[in-house]
Amino acid sequence: MSAPTVDGAPTGTSDAPRTVTTVSWKTSIALAVVLALYALLLLLAPREGSARFSLSTPTDFFQLPVYVLPGMATAWVCAAVAAALLVVSVVATRAQRRTPLWATGVYAAALLVGFLAWAAAGSPRDLSVVGLLGGAIALSVPLVYGSLSGVIGERSGTINIAIESQLLAGAFTAAVAGSLTNSPWVGLLAAMIAAALVGLVLAVFTITYRVNQIIVGVVLNVLVIGLTSFFYSLVLVPNTETLNSTTRFEQIPIPFLERIPVVGPVLFDQTIVVYLMPVVVFLVWYGLFRTRWGLRLRAVGEHPRAADTVGIEVLRTRYRALLIAGAVGGMGGAFYTVVSINQFGREMTAGAGFIALAAMIFGKWNPVRAALAGLLFGFATNLQNVLSVVGSPVPSQFMLMLPYVVTLFAVAGLVGRSRPPAALATPYTKE
Amino acid sequence: MSETPDRHSADSSDNRLEEDIEHVDASTDPGLAEALAQDRAREEGDQESDDQRWQDAFRRIISGGWAVSLGAILLAVIAGSLMIIVTDEAVQEASAYFFTRPADTFAAVGEAVGGAYSALFQGAVYNFRADTFAAGIRPLTQTLNNATPLIAAGLGVAIAFRAGLLNIGGQGQMLMSAAAAGWVGFGVTGLPFPIHLILALVAGILAGALWAGIAGLLKARTGAHEVIVTIMLNYVALYLLSYFLATPGLMQAPGSANPKTPPTPESAQLPPLLGERYTLHWGFILALVAVAVVWWILNRSAVGFSYRAVGENPRAARVAGIDVSRSTVSVMLVAGALVGLAGVTQVLGTVTTGFGADIDAGIGFDAITVALLGNSNPIGVLGAGILFGAFKAGGSAMQAAEGIPIEIVLVVQSLIVLFIAAPPLVRAVFRLPQPGGKPRKKRSQAARKEAAA
Repeated sequence: MSAPTVDGAPTGTSDAPRTVTTVSWKTSIALAVVLALYALLLLLAPREGSARFSLSTPTDFFQLPVYVLPGMATAWVCAAVAAALLVVSVVATRAQRRTPLWATGVYAAALLVGFLAWAAAGSPRDLSVVGLLGGAIALSVPLVYGSLSGVIGERSGTINIAIESQLLAGAFTAAVAGSLTNSPWVGLLAAMIAAALVGLVLAVFTITYRVNQIIVGVVLNVLVIGLTSFFYSLVLVPNTETLNSTTRFEQIPIPFLERIPVVGPVLFDQTIVVYLMPVVVFLVWYGLFRTRWGLRLRAVGEHPRAADTVGIEVLRTRYRALLIAGAVGGMGGAFYTVVSINQFGREMTAGAGFIALAAMIFGKWNPVRAALAGLLFGFATNLQNVLSVVGSPVPSQFMLMLPYVVTLFAVAGLVGRSRPPAALATPYTKE
Repeated sequence: MSETPDRHSADSSDNRLEEDIEHVDASTDPGLAEALAQDRAREEGDQESDDQRWQDAFRRIISGGWAVSLGAILLAVIAGSLMIIVTDEAVQEASAYFFTRPADTFAAVGEAVGGAYSALFQGAVYNFRADTFAAGIRPLTQTLNNATPLIAAGLGVAIAFRAGLLNIGGQGQMLMSAAAAGWVGFGVTGLPFPIHLILALVAGILAGALWAGIAGLLKARTGAHEVIVTIMLNYVALYLLSYFLATPGLMQAPGSANPKTPPTPESAQLPPLLGERYTLHWGFILALVAVAVVWWILNRSAVGFSYRAVGENPRAARVAGIDVSRSTVSVMLVAGALVGLAGVTQVLGTVTTGFGADIDAGIGFDAITVALLGNSNPIGVLGAGILFGAFKAGGSAMQAAEGIPIEIVLVVQSLIVLFIAAPPLVRAVFRLPQPGGKPRKKRSQAARKEAAA
């Protein structure tokens, strides 16, 4: 594992001769290791019985039956499919080509289905695929918005450990503002403002006073936990009726589309905050990579002195980036109190900000990939919920641990190298 | 596709950029040199007159680090008082008719704040209502008891900080050390008192060291940022311990359905320091020993010198022949061992009736604030640890007596650190002079940049 992992980035490194593109074996090795672990699991812990997958909800155009699959047989078939795709990956790598994306995708899907069949084998309950996917999307909303907040901030050169506090501040403010006005929209707006204020504090201390960005982030997290918990127990608890019971966003089913089996209830029967998610992801991506604002922002994050030389206001750009990042993070915070449930609770974000941070790193500081990583982590969390319903043998703690372990491997360079913006964490002083 | 150009630029500019900054920093030195020269001239001039020398001394005191620390604490306490005032019911009632009888409002404010701080003091230092001195001093022993893990973990963060590493992983390191020490405590039976205790201590400290060592190793080998790694390790440790606690036969107390361990047996407990009447145990002495050891490591040993050298400037350290990777791994091991000591004193001294996954009690994060307030030096950490221990003890008393949630302590603590980390802000608020003489070691960079600007 030692030799190829350090410098085998898939794009050619500057040391290599010009014409050669280095194709690393990393993908194939990773696929092989995962498959071996999976096969080991099947061998060591075989399970009796069959797994029941339900795909339909009552409102669909047509009803799909509950599929009853023999657990172990399905699991082994999926393993065989995955093994075939591993061969595809090996052949491609030997031919100096990258492993095709479809191969990796199908590989992951096969192992997932196999794993579910194994885990749900012998359970009398149906494993609801709609519940699994729909819940995953719901859980990933704060992660996606949080990771976008991280991406914007860090691309401009400021580490944002304070995503957690932005989510929490957003949730708190959305609860109060939403309850006072009975309008979830006001709650959403208030959450964005509150989280932008957290971003402003971060900006003042890191940009103007040049305090270590990580320290400010950590301290802000503690500060916001302290503030929200303090006012929660002294102000919100005695006045739950007026200050802490919001009207939630209604689900807006999209006519026709929502009745497509599986896809409909998962994607087209959601609240506005969820529908906005892909829009915001696209806007952030477009903004960062296709507009002047984004070019300047990234320039400031990569090489502030050069940016300053060509006339970009470094500090102002960074301030603006952190404010916008905060507002985006606040949307994720609002999810807790105007979408998910209608009340604020002490420390209710429970570390989601750190998973969002992990998603951002796993997504290599790219908004689209970060959002996908957020979805993946949301899925992992919900998988644990669903598996505990069907009574799976996997301890829930290990499922919950998954995003963090994956991120550890990602930052260590085992699953593709994550490289932060060059000027991250360095304050800038104009000469 | 979209990211090809910028990735390319990141690739090629990564190293060169750092060198650039280094280079430009050196070229700002004329500014610094000028400032220093002016300073020297001023100092020489000052020596001529005795009067001016006293003024100079005074100016140095109020522009030094202590004044900033004091100012930061004062600002944070003012903010805490404001929070108490706006949420106090008596104040709210009196302020409703503020313009007819303003005195009522001020009286209510005084009562709310005075009551709160009196409760805080009586809960943290000395209880005047107690009958005997022995009972009255009990809060102080509670303060020291709270300070024990804060000091140990604070040292762990501080020593890593001196080597240029931010150890955010206190939570994970404490959890793993608590798990190891607890497991040796209740899992191993039949050993006599001191041997069992020492075995549990060593196991816990080792576990903490190894858990932090993972971060050090990843940093040294792959360049993975230690902050990200330690944060992720926190959660891995949390879920690992939760799994142990929820699984009968591993760490769950037999015959219980709660995720909680069996109690620590007598033979593995840290004995009480001042007799059974107080909760203070020998862990406090261990923390004091740790302060001395860390002081010795940092100021008197070759290893400590290499840590500091790496922390000040890794490139220069490498040129001077210091193995930076090795010192990164070893400082994380030491830091983890110190944080591990905090976990151990919790399990073997403070919470001996069995513990859950919340045994770290936020100390891993408090330790960061302790280390910052203590300016990352061992004596400072000792003081900061005792101060925050007092806040904790007094905060619970305040919650019990005045109904003020203990979270206010979090707010005050984090504000203190925020203000301390930004000396120019505190100086501006209190109109303290900017440091003119020799800049303090930690702030020299900021000062240099200000001189250059």
